[in-house]
Amino acid sequence: MLATLQPPRTLSRFPLYLTSRPVTLCTLTAQSPPSTSPPSQPPHSQILSIRHSLLTRQVTAAQLAESHLSRLRLTEPHLKSFLHVSDSDAVLRQAALLDQRIASGEEVGPLAGVVVGVKDNICTADMPSTGGSRVLEGYRPAYDATAVRKIKELGGIVVGKTNLDEFGMGSTTEASAFQVTANPWDVSRVPGGSSGGSAAAVSARQCVVSLGSDTGGSVRQPASFCGVVGLKPTYGRVSRYGLMAYASSLDVIGCFGSSVADTGILLHAISGHDRLDATSSKREVPDFASQFASINLLESKPLKGLRVGVIRETLDEGVDTGVISAIRGAASHLEELGCSVTEISLPSFSLGLPAYYILASSESSSNLSRYDGVRYGNQAVADELNSLYGDSRAKGFGPEVKMRILMGTYGLSAGYYDAYYKRAQQVRTIIRKSFKTALDENDILISPAAPSAAYKIGEKIDDPLAMYAGDIMTVNVNLAGLPALVLPCGFVEGGTAGLPVGLQMIGAAFDEEKLLKVGHIFEQTLQNCRFVPPLIEDDAAW
Amino acid sequence: MMASTIFRGIQNHPLLLYQTALFRRKNGVFYCTMKSTETQTATQEKQKPQIKNPPRTQTKTSDKFSKDYEAVIGIETHVQLNTLTKAFCGCPYNYGSPPNTSVCPICMGLPGALPVLNSKVIELAVKVGLALNSKLSLNSKFDRKQYFYPDLPKGYQISQFDVPIASGGYIDLDLPVEFGGGHRRFGITRVHMEEDAGKLLHSENESYSQVDLNRAGVPLLEIVSEPDMRTGIEAAEYAAELQRLVRYLGVSNGNMQEGSLRCDVNVSIRPIGQAQFGTKVEIKNLNSFSSVSRAIDFEISRQVLLHSQGQGDQITQETRLWEEGAQKTVTMRKKEGLADYRYFPEPDLPGVILTKEYVNSIRDSLPELPEVKRRRYEKMGLSMQDVLFLANDVNVAEFFDATIAKGADVKLAANWIMGDIAAYMKNEKLTINEIKLIPQELAELIASIKGGTISGKIGKEILFELLAKGGTVKGLIKEKDLVQIVDPMEIEKIVDKVLSENPKQLEQYRGGKTKLQGYFAGQVMKLSKGKANPGLLNKILLEKLNAQS
Ligand SMILES: [Zn+2]
Repeated sequence: MLATLQPPRTLSRFPLYLTSRPVTLCTLTAQSPPSTSPPSQPPHSQILSIRHSLLTRQVTAAQLAESHLSRLRLTEPHLKSFLHVSDSDAVLRQAALLDQRIASGEEVGPLAGVVVGVKDNICTADMPSTGGSRVLEGYRPAYDATAVRKIKELGGIVVGKTNLDEFGMGSTTEASAFQVTANPWDVSRVPGGSSGGSAAAVSARQCVVSLGSDTGGSVRQPASFCGVVGLKPTYGRVSRYGLMAYASSLDVIGCFGSSVADTGILLHAISGHDRLDATSSKREVPDFASQFASINLLESKPLKGLRVGVIRETLDEGVDTGVISAIRGAASHLEELGCSVTEISLPSFSLGLPAYYILASSESSSNLSRYDGVRYGNQAVADELNSLYGDSRAKGFGPEVKMRILMGTYGLSAGYYDAYYKRAQQVRTIIRKSFKTALDENDILISPAAPSAAYKIGEKIDDPLAMYAGDIMTVNVNLAGLPALVLPCGFVEGGTAGLPVGLQMIGAAFDEEKLLKVGHIFEQTLQNCRFVPPLIEDDAAW
Repeated sequence: MMASTIFRGIQNHPLLLYQTALFRRKNGVFYCTMKSTETQTATQEKQKPQIKNPPRTQTKTSDKFSKDYEAVIGIETHVQLNTLTKAFCGCPYNYGSPPNTSVCPICMGLPGALPVLNSKVIELAVKVGLALNSKLSLNSKFDRKQYFYPDLPKGYQISQFDVPIASGGYIDLDLPVEFGGGHRRFGITRVHMEEDAGKLLHSENESYSQVDLNRAGVPLLEIVSEPDMRTGIEAAEYAAELQRLVRYLGVSNGNMQEGSLRCDVNVSIRPIGQAQFGTKVEIKNLNSFSSVSRAIDFEISRQVLLHSQGQGDQITQETRLWEEGAQKTVTMRKKEGLADYRYFPEPDLPGVILTKEYVNSIRDSLPELPEVKRRRYEKMGLSMQDVLFLANDVNVAEFFDATIAKGADVKLAANWIMGDIAAYMKNEKLTINEIKLIPQELAELIASIKGGTISGKIGKEILFELLAKGGTVKGLIKEKDLVQIVDPMEIEKIVDKVLSENPKQLEQYRGGKTKLQGYFAGQVMKLSKGKANPGLLNKILLEKLNAQS
């Protein structure tokens, strides 16, 4: 017991994090031209730094793990990002094993020593996996999700399971059956959702990178709220095997990191065809990391010729003015980098939200049927079959999940199928086509990741429609199956230090490479912005 | 394991379980080739011996009305495909394995698990579609059929809804001679692929039930017929022909007792001449062809009786269970409106796309099918009785074909197979693949008899030797010195010996008691150890007997 209470001071001994630069927030609209002010330290890849310092024996994996664990212990009471934290002995044992291999000159994987958080709707064999639902309280899967297996094989250390809205249904983590995660930028605010735990954990450096899942924006919106990089890959890029299905045709596992490079390296680690997922793509996975040119090598117009379309409909009514100006600022930043930026229109954009809610609810009503209390999870005491089903599900599911099951059941019912599900599928086809056209004419499309920055806990809890409306920026991308990268691009006022705003870049199917390349240059050239939340600002390491 | 979670209070209906066959008609009334393996598993309750022919008074009372009505019968058949692994995971399926020993996250419906289609399922479905003369959909898909039941782990069954892999088509069959014979063609509505559910095991005191998921995810084909059948026999023969077809194709063992082939029948009646269908009743729990036939006949009588008593309105759309013990159908559940399965396209599986080349390559690989075989046998001059017997079992048919391919006389080969060989198989409870005799030797045997090398009697002896121990005809003849004596001199010697040893009988014969010829022939045959050629023997004997008279 005593041994686990190490002072956080040990952190300052890590040379790789010693960048103690005074905090200077970029101006709220990020309008200042990047060339006029002295460059701030661009976000570096923690994964590459870790690898370098491990291989040069500057630090051990055990020390790294311990530092993350101790920061986790300090911050977790304020944040509650984790539903389950791995046994620290087990984490340190894995780290020690890596250290032994490094010491004996053995090869270690590209994620060696990288502490990873995993959203709790992604199955892990040695830990509980509840999906944030009471119905799976205490459930331990018999297997690792493919993405988790790959991370482990490449040397990554899973530090715990992060909080989420039940089965991914929500935008705040308030729909978690167990706890509400706080936003590290302002603990009275939501971290976004549904992958709020994963976003908050990376934002507060409780882990280096984390896995989330994105069905309608569940990686991108919390990335925006928490000021981290969030990557939603193309549908089919990453195996869904082991991801508890919410809406199978929309679900993807996504990545969080504190830099574009880190999300790219994590994506590379988990991508590729999986014979256990018939919808996973057989396309080759490019080495995303090879794209990351150092800032010193960049020409003055490194993105010359890149065609960027700003989606007009996303900068319309209903979007916070602070968000709009942050995105316009980002657009001019891209222009300065050499992009040709034009405003484009996606007329079908507004159709996405209703189509999304019909399709996602319909599929979820089916996907959640397996939680019947018969084989695993919580089983109600009942004296006949229908009560067993009814009571197990009534007690097991929260109100948001029940609402979506009801909506989805309705949408698939005889007599309503054509009016709802089928119609929504037709809308989906239209949306897919309009994105295709826009992406034939542009290399990337940009938009906000959310209409606002993080809002207060409880603010929208009684207004589901307002909460659903918040997904307007992201759901279309899922309907079209496209990749999108969200990275912090500025701030709006709020909290003690401002609230981060995320820029969404949407690419053509399977063109994550381009998004990562553009994102990497963008974040390195963005001046005077430092996306380290005040919660850990005191930490000398940052 | 988790899958054996006990849950209480599931209303127990023992008849939902597949029982062993309790009743089988004698001597192949239906030319079904079910092996007589009466394997009892833990799930199958021992049954008391059944009354074979319970009094059917009901039938008698309604008989006089039945001529005014006709029955309309359609059948939904589920055929379990014999792929090495299940439809959507890598688990093998072996009937009768201990509960939940052939399961994995996918077929148990664990969170996060996804189905991946076993491509062999498509191949077998295409085979059946082609064999049923159906139109294949080059672009079909899977759908989810949603309902809750403890044997359905995901809460939905992966099936095909609006675009089945095959639709339309027909099946040809010949009714058995004892039922008046006749050729029939019954329409096929559709063939689609789906997955099987698990099984419920009910405790003895029925206080709890357990789930066995071994069968969950096993690939099935559902074959839906047109409502073209009119009698129980026609329906049973349709089912038997389907069984024959899947066995010929090698896509299923078609075993009804093990549930590899399951039939649900829909029966309605209508006054003769009326085009509109009556209210249909579904019958389940039919574990043999004879129960299909008898259940339908019972149901027709029941419905006719109700009509004749002016109570036709009491025939409601419902599911009835065939009770083998009582030989009657009883209400299982009334249908209150149509069940809404909320079908929608399965998002976890890509569409099923067939190329014309693929279909053609499968069509080219199809074996000769039962109907074609029967027509060929018919043309060879065999009687319908023989045709039906030989074509009934694909292995018997192959044995027969191989025998005649070796040059054996068609009729003789048929007789040997249907006579002594079939009798031997029946006594020894063996299939034709398990006997030691090979087609080549049967052909050799037939030729040896026909060519006079051995007598028919010796032939039979050799046959039983070959059936039990194998070996060759030539080898046995040599080893046992069984070659027929066809040398007249040698036979004459034996005849002379017999005549000289029986002077008294010879005298009597020549005194007019010519019946004694048989006695002498017997003595000669005995002395030759049965090897004397009977024709020669009689010729020489007669000459000798009558020589000095
Ligand atoms: Zn399995």
